[in-house]
Amino acid sequence: MNEELHKEIISLLGKGTRLDGRKADQYRKVRVETGVSRNAEGSASVWIGDTQVTAGVKLEVIKPYPDQPDDGSMMVNVELYPLSSPDFETGPPDILAIELARITDRAIRESKTLDTKKLCIESGEKAWMVIIDVCTMNDAGNLFDAIYLAAMAAMKDAVFPTLEDGVVDYKHKTTEKLPLAKTPVSVTVFKYGNHLIVDPTDTEQKVYDARLTVGVLEDGQLCSMQKGGEEPISEDEVFKMIDMAQVASQELRKNI
Amino acid sequence: MAYDKRTDGRDWGEVRPMEAKAGIIKRAHGSGWFKIGNTEAFAAVYGPREMFPRFQQNPEKGVLRVHYNMMPFSSAGDRIRPGPSRRSKEISHVAQKALLPVMDLSEFANSVVDVFIELPQTDAGTRCAGICAASIALADAGIPMKDMVCAISAGKVEDKMLVDLNYDEDSHEIGVDIPIAMMHNSKQITLMQMDGVISKEHVKEAVGYVNKACDQIYDVMKAALKDKFKTAEGGSQ
Repeated sequence: MNEELHKEIISLLGKGTRLDGRKADQYRKVRVETGVSRNAEGSASVWIGDTQVTAGVKLEVIKPYPDQPDDGSMMVNVELYPLSSPDFETGPPDILAIELARITDRAIRESKTLDTKKLCIESGEKAWMVIIDVCTMNDAGNLFDAIYLAAMAAMKDAVFPTLEDGVVDYKHKTTEKLPLAKTPVSVTVFKYGNHLIVDPTDTEQKVYDARLTVGVLEDGQLCSMQKGGEEPISEDEVFKMIDMAQVASQELRKNI
Repeated sequence: MAYDKRTDGRDWGEVRPMEAKAGIIKRAHGSGWFKIGNTEAFAAVYGPREMFPRFQQNPEKGVLRVHYNMMPFSSAGDRIRPGPSRRSKEISHVAQKALLPVMDLSEFANSVVDVFIELPQTDAGTRCAGICAASIALADAGIPMKDMVCAISAGKVEDKMLVDLNYDEDSHEIGVDIPIAMMHNSKQITLMQMDGVISKEHVKEAVGYVNKACDQIYDVMKAALKDKFKTAEGGSQ
């Protein structure tokens, strides 16, 4: 770890500022654009500062799982493209890609954001599977929140393709949207010494002590949490982090 | 039924609308974006940087590596499973060979220049769009080059010769697709592939179409690079 950088970040936070002049609880400029890939059933690009991720939704017809014959299913996959950062390499997904995908996947799944019963086509025989691929285009920090936001924006943008005699016609889309019941967004709070911040740049993200990703629903209820980093966090800090996430989530949600 | 009108209404020698940008991926040393019709390619260049695995290092000059990939949701059909496929590996290989002749890597012994090509949206002509994006990205990265590589496909649908096939034309039952990459100044060919059955005369016609389109592509790429540096100057004022 770069001790000098770590010290500098903490010292700046002590003075109420950061390397790029932002406040601890301040996001960079957030921008969301939907319909960025016409072949996908839904798609969105999200920019947080210079960070860019692009998400696409594909719908496939599958046979429902035997224990849930009346449910469709979903999956989130994250691709950390070497195009987006000198730190990413080609090859199978590494642990960061898997963690990012699973945090997002769990939050959408466990919050019942997607009504999987409505994805059933024929009980025990046919159901829709929603596959959300989120790909990094430029990693300038805080992929956690960008990926989550892009996944939700792409799902909101998605429409079903035409289905004829059980065969999907991807060329002809319907106007029917995915059965989305909620809009969770995630806010990841990072800890440096005794300070807590949101939305680190790639430079800041190199030297954090701990992080907590919090998925927050419209009504402020929490739908996922994941602690990361090498240092512990106190009980008091956990609740401060949740408070920050709840506040920041309201602004973030306005983008989708 | 004869193919007497293109599905998108273009003339036989007409290229789809093109757009390009340079320097759009901030973390990369150089980057390019190239859109032709509904096919869209991003390219990022990293390097020259130390080559790993070490045994692939060349003590004489730098190595160029190209990675081509279609994003999972980019195709008009089913989702594409992430990770390398036989197809993407072959395209990466021929794209590398398409770009190499314009590169001067003699100053970069033991190093590698990595080019990553990603396609978020496709409508045929992906390897050509990828090569164009990569050309912009390499120039943007300041890697010594003696020319720009322009790439586009030409071919035949039923009895008609045409340039820049879209997906409907590329997948036409009686269709021939010939992707070609050409160095802009010397008009030397650095990539040529073909599948289908066609006469030598028709290939000649196809190459003629590409030769002409090459100048149009070059203008778009040059404008993108100039625009980036103009923007940079504006920013520093």
